[in-house]
Amino acid sequence: MTVAAVKEYSFPARDTRDRFPAPLLYIGWEDHLLFCSPYCLPLPPDMPFGALATQVLPGIYGYHPDFAKIDWAKVEWFKSGKPWKPDPARSLADNGLKHKDAIRFRSPGLTGIKGSFS
Amino acid sequence: MDTRVLKKKLGLKDRYAAMTRGLGWQTTYQPMDKVYPYDTYEGIKIHDWDKWEDPFRLTMDAYWKYQGEKERKLYAVIDAFAQNNGQLGISDARYINALKLFVQGVSPLEYCAHRGFAHAGRAFRGEGARVACQMQSIDELRHYQTQAHTISQYNKYFNGIHKSNHWFDRVWYLSVPKSFFEDAMTAGPFEFLTSVSFSFEYVLTNLLFVPFMSGAAHNGDMATVTFGFSAQSDESRHMTLGIECIKFMLEQDPANVPIVQRWMDKWFWRGYRLLTLVAMMQDYMLPRRVMSWKEAWEMYAEGNGGALFKDLARYGIREPKGWKDACEGKDHISHQAWNVFYNFNAAAPFHTWTPTDDELAWLSQKYPDSFDKYHRPRIEYFREQHAAGNRYYSKTLPMLCTTCQIPMFFTEPGDPTKICYRESDHDGDKYHFCSDHCKEIFDDEPEKFVQSWLPVHQIYQGNCFKPGTDPTKDGFDPLLAVLEYYEMNVGRDNFDFEGSEDQKNFAAWRGGRV
Repeated sequence: MTVAAVKEYSFPARDTRDRFPAPLLYIGWEDHLLFCSPYCLPLPPDMPFGALATQVLPGIYGYHPDFAKIDWAKVEWFKSGKPWKPDPARSLADNGLKHKDAIRFRSPGLTGIKGSFS
Repeated sequence: MDTRVLKKKLGLKDRYAAMTRGLGWQTTYQPMDKVYPYDTYEGIKIHDWDKWEDPFRLTMDAYWKYQGEKERKLYAVIDAFAQNNGQLGISDARYINALKLFVQGVSPLEYCAHRGFAHAGRAFRGEGARVACQMQSIDELRHYQTQAHTISQYNKYFNGIHKSNHWFDRVWYLSVPKSFFEDAMTAGPFEFLTSVSFSFEYVLTNLLFVPFMSGAAHNGDMATVTFGFSAQSDESRHMTLGIECIKFMLEQDPANVPIVQRWMDKWFWRGYRLLTLVAMMQDYMLPRRVMSWKEAWEMYAEGNGGALFKDLARYGIREPKGWKDACEGKDHISHQAWNVFYNFNAAAPFHTWTPTDDELAWLSQKYPDSFDKYHRPRIEYFREQHAAGNRYYSKTLPMLCTTCQIPMFFTEPGDPTKICYRESDHDGDKYHFCSDHCKEIFDDEPEKFVQSWLPVHQIYQGNCFKPGTDPTKDGFDPLLAVLEYYEMNVGRDNFDFEGSEDQKNFAAWRGGRV
């Protein structure tokens, strides 16, 4: 389908990579809906993936009592919903992350406040 | 020279014909298709505009007379409300936050509708449709004005109302209603009528107005009740236009059916997503409850809507694709949406709070299958933390759905523990959605939705700071800079109700204690 229009319909996309100072990465923590939705973050592509867990996520998710209990070695990662094994020593870009990719992580055994998935 | 002979006064039917059909003509200097370029390109085929029926047979002269009478009554009530300090008669200052949401997110839509109907009316070559759109356009302008005038009394006493027009074009959650209407207004005139007149006014409007107006009545807000009543007779005319337009399109040509069906699928879903704000208002923001969102959905959507789609089946129309998912969501969306605003209350110009024990009990009773299991533990945790001085405010921007622009909080159909993620690739970029239906809307018209003005992305692009803001300066706080761009009064318009100026003032005016 295309847009029905009286003349040619073509306009620039508003959120292409060149319009942002850094590529956007979307991140969600499964089973913890106290945080109402995944987050959107502009992150430098040369940042090591491992820095997410140590530098970025504590400021975002640290409020939750489960966060301190996360065993990062056991965390399961997903990219576009599919299981995914990133290398923490390599950069975001070298792990194949591109502008507007969506990743999620699951911390096995942790199911939120009183097991409510929140 | 001939003198015009005064004819006998026309009867109602003849006068109606003269004042609508009689005002049109076939153009001769220019072809009709050039004068009316917009009523054909969507693919809707019309063979006989005279088949357009006008159930109300309202003519402009009568219209002005009726509306004038309604205005006089309404403004008498508004004056009396102001002189008697009616704002003190409401149930609780928390109630005002429902009004804030209304004036921020609903009233501007009335104005958008005014513009949209003016444009659609000009586009139709059929006089019946033109006159109906013209009247609705004026109605919508009137609704916007009466709402602004009514709520301005509250603006003198409460925070979070003073910049509602400015906010509509800027604040993150208001891009949800704004983008809904801009999508409709930039469509052709037939799609516009399907979106606003049919899907919104006919199928979903009761879910918007009944909760707000009965909420106002239950909570002692007689001014809002009065503008509700003043708009009600207009609304029934609008609903009639919606169903009339649909039946007209379906009866004119069988080729119109699939086009109309696709628009219904799209606009039912977009309208339903928009109503999430109402669901939250109904279950969380009314100190005296009317009915739960779930009950309202069952009564007005499942009951009335179900019958409507059965009726339209004879044209080959089925219920909208998102219907079942919408019905499934009735157990969850209000709780999930309130959590969004609780999370992001630093950036929203109205207050949120955790419900009282009585209110929690009401929610448990109304939502026996979902509230205690999934939502109560979170709310109780927030309440404990707040009492301990650790109120949660998220400072990180959320991921938004490209279509409805709502933060991605909706869960998978059938699993309220998992956020629903959908994505599409288009022209080398990824686009994300909250549901199958928002994804399908994008996939149908990607060229349109790649232009979405997503507030979160706009902030990251640096487009939501005041001119002269220097993000490289030491100690630059991007959230504060955005709130400055919003022209919010930080500490008065936003944050928890507990401890707010609204709460303290209202208690003082009523002679009580906080």
